[in-house]
Amino acid sequence: MQNKLPKQSIQLSWLFKMAWRDSRKNRSRLLLFISSIVLGIAALVAVYSFKDNLQHDIDAQAKELTGADLVLDSRKGVSKAMQKMLDTLGNDRSQEKTFASMIYFKKGGGSRLVQMKALQGDYPYYGTLETLPVEAGHQFQSGQDALVDQTLMLQFGAKVGDSLKVGDISFKILGTLVKAPGQTGIAATVAPTVYIPMQFLAKTNLIKTGSRINNKFYYRFDDPSGVDEWVKKHETKLESEGFDADTVESRKEQTGRSFKDVNRFLALSGFIALLLGCVGVGSAIHVYIQEKLSAVATLRCLGLKARHAFFIYLIQIFFIGLVAAVLGAILGTCIQFLLPIVLKDFLPVEITMQVSWSAVAQGILLGLIISILFALPSLLSVRKISPLNAIRISFERTGKKQDPLIWLVYVLMIAFVVGFTHLQMKSWLQTLAFTMSIGVAFLLLILLSQTLMFLVRKLLPDSISYLWRQGFANLYRPNNQTLMLTVSIGLSTAFICTLFFVQGILMSRVTLSSGSNQPNMVMFDIQNAQKKGLDSLTKSFKLPLMNQVPVITMRIEEINGKTSRADTSNRRAYRNEIRATYQDSLTAAEKIVEGKWIGKVKPNETVYISLDQRYAQQINVGINDKIVFNVQGMMIPTVVGSLREVNWSRMQTNFRVVFPAGILEQAPQFHVLMTRVPSNEVSAKFQGEVVQNFPNVSVIDLDLVLKLLDELLGKIGFVIQFMAGFSMVTGWIVLISSVLTSKNQRTKESILLRTMGASKKQILAINAIEYFFLGVFAAGAGLILAIGGSWALAKYTFDAAFIPPFPATVLLFGSVILLVVVTGILSTRSILNQPPLKILRTGS
Amino acid sequence: MESILNIRNVNKIYQSAGRELSVLNQINFSIDRASTVAITGPSGSGKTTLLGLCAGLDRATNGTVELNGIALEKLNEDERAAVRNQYVGFIFQNFQLLPTLTALENVMVPLELRGAKNIKARALDLLDKVGLADRSHHYPVQLSGGEQQRVSLARAFSNQPAILFADEPTGNLDAETSEKVIKLLFDLNKDAGTTLVIVTHDLELAARTSRTIKIKGGVIVSDENPGYAE
Repeated sequence: MQNKLPKQSIQLSWLFKMAWRDSRKNRSRLLLFISSIVLGIAALVAVYSFKDNLQHDIDAQAKELTGADLVLDSRKGVSKAMQKMLDTLGNDRSQEKTFASMIYFKKGGGSRLVQMKALQGDYPYYGTLETLPVEAGHQFQSGQDALVDQTLMLQFGAKVGDSLKVGDISFKILGTLVKAPGQTGIAATVAPTVYIPMQFLAKTNLIKTGSRINNKFYYRFDDPSGVDEWVKKHETKLESEGFDADTVESRKEQTGRSFKDVNRFLALSGFIALLLGCVGVGSAIHVYIQEKLSAVATLRCLGLKARHAFFIYLIQIFFIGLVAAVLGAILGTCIQFLLPIVLKDFLPVEITMQVSWSAVAQGILLGLIISILFALPSLLSVRKISPLNAIRISFERTGKKQDPLIWLVYVLMIAFVVGFTHLQMKSWLQTLAFTMSIGVAFLLLILLSQTLMFLVRKLLPDSISYLWRQGFANLYRPNNQTLMLTVSIGLSTAFICTLFFVQGILMSRVTLSSGSNQPNMVMFDIQNAQKKGLDSLTKSFKLPLMNQVPVITMRIEEINGKTSRADTSNRRAYRNEIRATYQDSLTAAEKIVEGKWIGKVKPNETVYISLDQRYAQQINVGINDKIVFNVQGMMIPTVVGSLREVNWSRMQTNFRVVFPAGILEQAPQFHVLMTRVPSNEVSAKFQGEVVQNFPNVSVIDLDLVLKLLDELLGKIGFVIQFMAGFSMVTGWIVLISSVLTSKNQRTKESILLRTMGASKKQILAINAIEYFFLGVFAAGAGLILAIGGSWALAKYTFDAAFIPPFPATVLLFGSVILLVVVTGILSTRSILNQPPLKILRTGS
Repeated sequence: MESILNIRNVNKIYQSAGRELSVLNQINFSIDRASTVAITGPSGSGKTTLLGLCAGLDRATNGTVELNGIALEKLNEDERAAVRNQYVGFIFQNFQLLPTLTALENVMVPLELRGAKNIKARALDLLDKVGLADRSHHYPVQLSGGEQQRVSLARAFSNQPAILFADEPTGNLDAETSEKVIKLLFDLNKDAGTTLVIVTHDLELAARTSRTIKIKGGVIVSDENPGYAE
């Protein structure tokens, strides 16, 4: 009798019910498994929310960023035709001249280089010059009054009403400048601003030949809708006159763009945390599913289809992933309120923090995708669990076939990592380098674990004591955790250490040190006539004349016979003003890398100049190319004779373009003098004298700059550490959860040994030996990968040298091993503290 | 009498360390509907492998296994799962209760899988029959070995199987509990009219069945009181 094949229709609701039932007693553990992605999601949601809010605020406050509908600025003089155009534009217009100058506080006697802004007109038209008292912002132009940046007021203990000497005349401080349109906190600290009315600028006598002045013209339009079109139409003319145009729209784009890099860095840090989370999810679900083998086999015996078994666990992972993603999103939304605090000094707009639902949605979606995608290799294996496992725990399969779906999942995982990395990095080369390094690290760790197992199996001597033999044998026996733990601990260690090392590279790269023989004060804008006087003044303070160089302002007129009009692809080369020098020999910071250095030239000889190699690359010129310089009206033809490598981090004046001696001596020029002042008191006194006698000479106190740089770097460092912290903490979580989840592999054995009479100490020793060697190999491999990766990053990305910091490296290595061993032993202890029978009866 | 299980020329060969290992060799027998059969033999004789093939848990390397008129070797794993759910009940040596499900839920699973109606009442009724109605909301870990095996009995009978396979059902129980469980098994089987196939070492238990098939080295060495003989 042939019976009909029974039909079975399982309802989706039953699968949900079964998933719920099956997850009982496992939920907290499952959440621990997935907890590794919570921080990654939190980091990304925080970064995305911050990005959204920033963009929103830039859009909303764009007019306040520029303060006008149109800003035209130029470092060149203004031609008559241009002046005519400037005078007829807009419905309201203001003008500002910005330049560096020394100021002198009469009361306290302090002086400092500031960014001087001479203003005329009602600028800003949008937003305000935020001052204390409030009315000072629009009243200071009526008299001989100034607005002084609040950091300066604080530094010199000045008060409103005090007097300030600028050049030859004095101004009364009418108010403290709190914020100007588009100004960031950090910019105000580095170059504090002083506003004076333009009508008094001439009287200060500060504007001399060669002075670097930025002319800004602000316009307000009754109907600003046509401004961008106007700029587009007049682009060529503006460019030929050396003008830059800034509109509300262009500033919006520019500000957004300048924060793109910051956001990209932040998102990438978050992504690394998330990648670690993926490793955590992958290894945790693998262990979880192994524990479910018997339950799945029983269900299969009772008639559950393979795909339904798969769905039961998929549903569990979906919901646990959802919970983790939601937790991550909530945490990220909270953290986003911290980001503006961390970054506030770099932000030009007021950030109004609010929940960014799109960031939350992206975070949750990403969390879900990662949970499921990285759990899928283990989940798919559920389909292959044979019902035979119910009657026989281990059985030999007749012919193992590779599941093609597993390969599809691997492809999807790679595609996800590549795609997401590309979204962050925007460059395929960087994306490939990043993902390839992760792939190589992954493969190397797998290879290492296989080698380790092979070597231990082959080399383990029979003569060593039982505890050592058992501990070592655990590394390769069936159900060993060597592969899983080597990969997860190795990758976490690699990520943690790489972040740590890279942070160090970044910090050391930007840290400047001022040695005792290095100059710490620079004076520039010294006119020919003032040179001798200033030298004498310096000597009278018993200060050394350390570096005296002439500076000549010039512009490129032609390159190989082409002017800027013909050489359209290289406009930048012609546009920027160049400050060059002449010298007969190279300084210690310069090294010829190509061509030949010629230090002197006789009249009518070819002038061979030397270019900084990077600058030469930027303007697309090489050895023997011909360049004609416009030295304030005089054309000087030259040939590129050599290229130099310049160490810009040395405390001395360096130049992109260096002429030989014998050609520019008579050109209009100013001089730079460097000296070293022994103390703050001498510095203050000396600066005071310089400002009094040579008001146009600017003095930079490098110690102050270094201090400011230190502060700035401290802030940048904090941002880096803040984001790297996410990845590091996630790395530790993955590490701990990997060890914790692997404990079940050893539970039964430990209990059986206990039953056979092994003492608690012996079992702990066996486990400690196993975890210790796993920790040593995995952490060692991770560390080697990190050192290799950091070296490559230092060499190819940051152009810096990398020597791993020995004590920190040993500390990292030791702490990973310690964490692995301690976590392993603690998890074993919790089992050993219960009666063996209880564990044997419950099965785990 | 009508056969519920027909085994014809069944071989089972495993690949082990690159070598072929023949576990079952030319097995032939049939089992009558509503009969009780014991499969006995020493360890490693192939008893459990044979049970796995008969119940559709695995495929024979050659030969045919026909269960309730359905040729199992032609079915894929999902179709065999449907056959197991519809016609087969299991009792395992180590009980194999799902640890995260209560006793009641464990009994309900086979019924839920076939989409039956009135599931809870039927499961409670079965738990009552095995004397565990008051423990229905306990998890396996809260039950003794004997109680777990009684829940396992209730689960095995819950889908009113045409044939019930028991793999060393008393292997993990003490003598007193074993006796109780065996009595219950035979009583329930009698009431339900199910075919019962028991794999066991226990000759006393085997003696309680109407037929005993002895296997050694993967071949049938004796078939006492056979319902079918070649």
